[in-house]
Amino acid sequence: MSEHQHDHGAGEESQGHPGGTPDIQLSYRAKRSLAMQELLVEKGIIAPDDIQRSVESARARSPSDGARVVARAWVDPAFKQRLLDNALTAIAELGYDFVADTGLVALENTDELHHVVVCTLCSCYPGALLGPPPDWYKSLAYRSRVVIEPRAVLREFGLELESDIGVRVIDSTAEIRYLVLPGRPAGTEGMAEEQLAELVTRNSMIGVGLPLSPELVTT
Amino acid sequence: MSPDSSDSAIFGPGDRVRVSERYPASHHRTPWYIKGKTGRVDVVYDAYMNPESRAYGQAGLPRVTVYRVEFDQADLWESYRGPANDRICADVFEHWLEPA
Repeated sequence: MSEHQHDHGAGEESQGHPGGTPDIQLSYRAKRSLAMQELLVEKGIIAPDDIQRSVESARARSPSDGARVVARAWVDPAFKQRLLDNALTAIAELGYDFVADTGLVALENTDELHHVVVCTLCSCYPGALLGPPPDWYKSLAYRSRVVIEPRAVLREFGLELESDIGVRVIDSTAEIRYLVLPGRPAGTEGMAEEQLAELVTRNSMIGVGLPLSPELVTT
Repeated sequence: MSPDSSDSAIFGPGDRVRVSERYPASHHRTPWYIKGKTGRVDVVYDAYMNPESRAYGQAGLPRVTVYRVEFDQADLWESYRGPANDRICADVFEHWLEPA
């Protein structure tokens, strides 16, 4: 959505970008966001590179960080219990910290209960463990449909759940972020923690998918 | 969760609660689909800054206890056809909850 469309012909390009003035069409929201940034800098509330640094730090995290946490929980039952009891202090053991004043809760998927996470009000997401949210997670379609017809939405993600598995939709409407702890796939006995982490997909930690089967990962 | 532990929570786990049916035009974080609906307290979280004042440049104080409230899908959507054990949880600030 915010990818810059920079498909200019040579003629246009030769006019250059005097003073860095963007020659792209900015949307209303993009203009508003830029105006707010400039005001915050002008008033001395933030430094010019604060936003860039914050974007970079958000992008430095990816689902492989969450996957490390999940794989550790699979191999270390005591860690798993600590993760379920207090996710913030458990992930700190692996060197992860979280945004101040934001909670983190890990919810375990079992044979009886499957969790799927949404933020119907905006796009709250455990970015410190999973990186930026995928576009579909922010879409009105996902946010409005998953609460009213979760099983149909999961089916579209390729996840068909038996009716004896309860689906529990988690709407992160306040300051607590949720990480789904998917079940460890069968046939992974004896696999090393690093190999297990490769099975843990982003979607399995949101709850719209399951971890990969071990035979799908080349060794 | 947050540094301030919520000693003053007025509801406990398992309590039946009803979500207030208020529709202020101002910012609040109670989704419409649970307003007026009854669920049960699943988890009592800590007290968090109040988004209803933070949204307007204030400090969000005093903090408000947040609850994870669980609802049966069938209690939210008349047309819900999924299994009876399908549920939704939402995190609700205390001043949006009434005893049920």
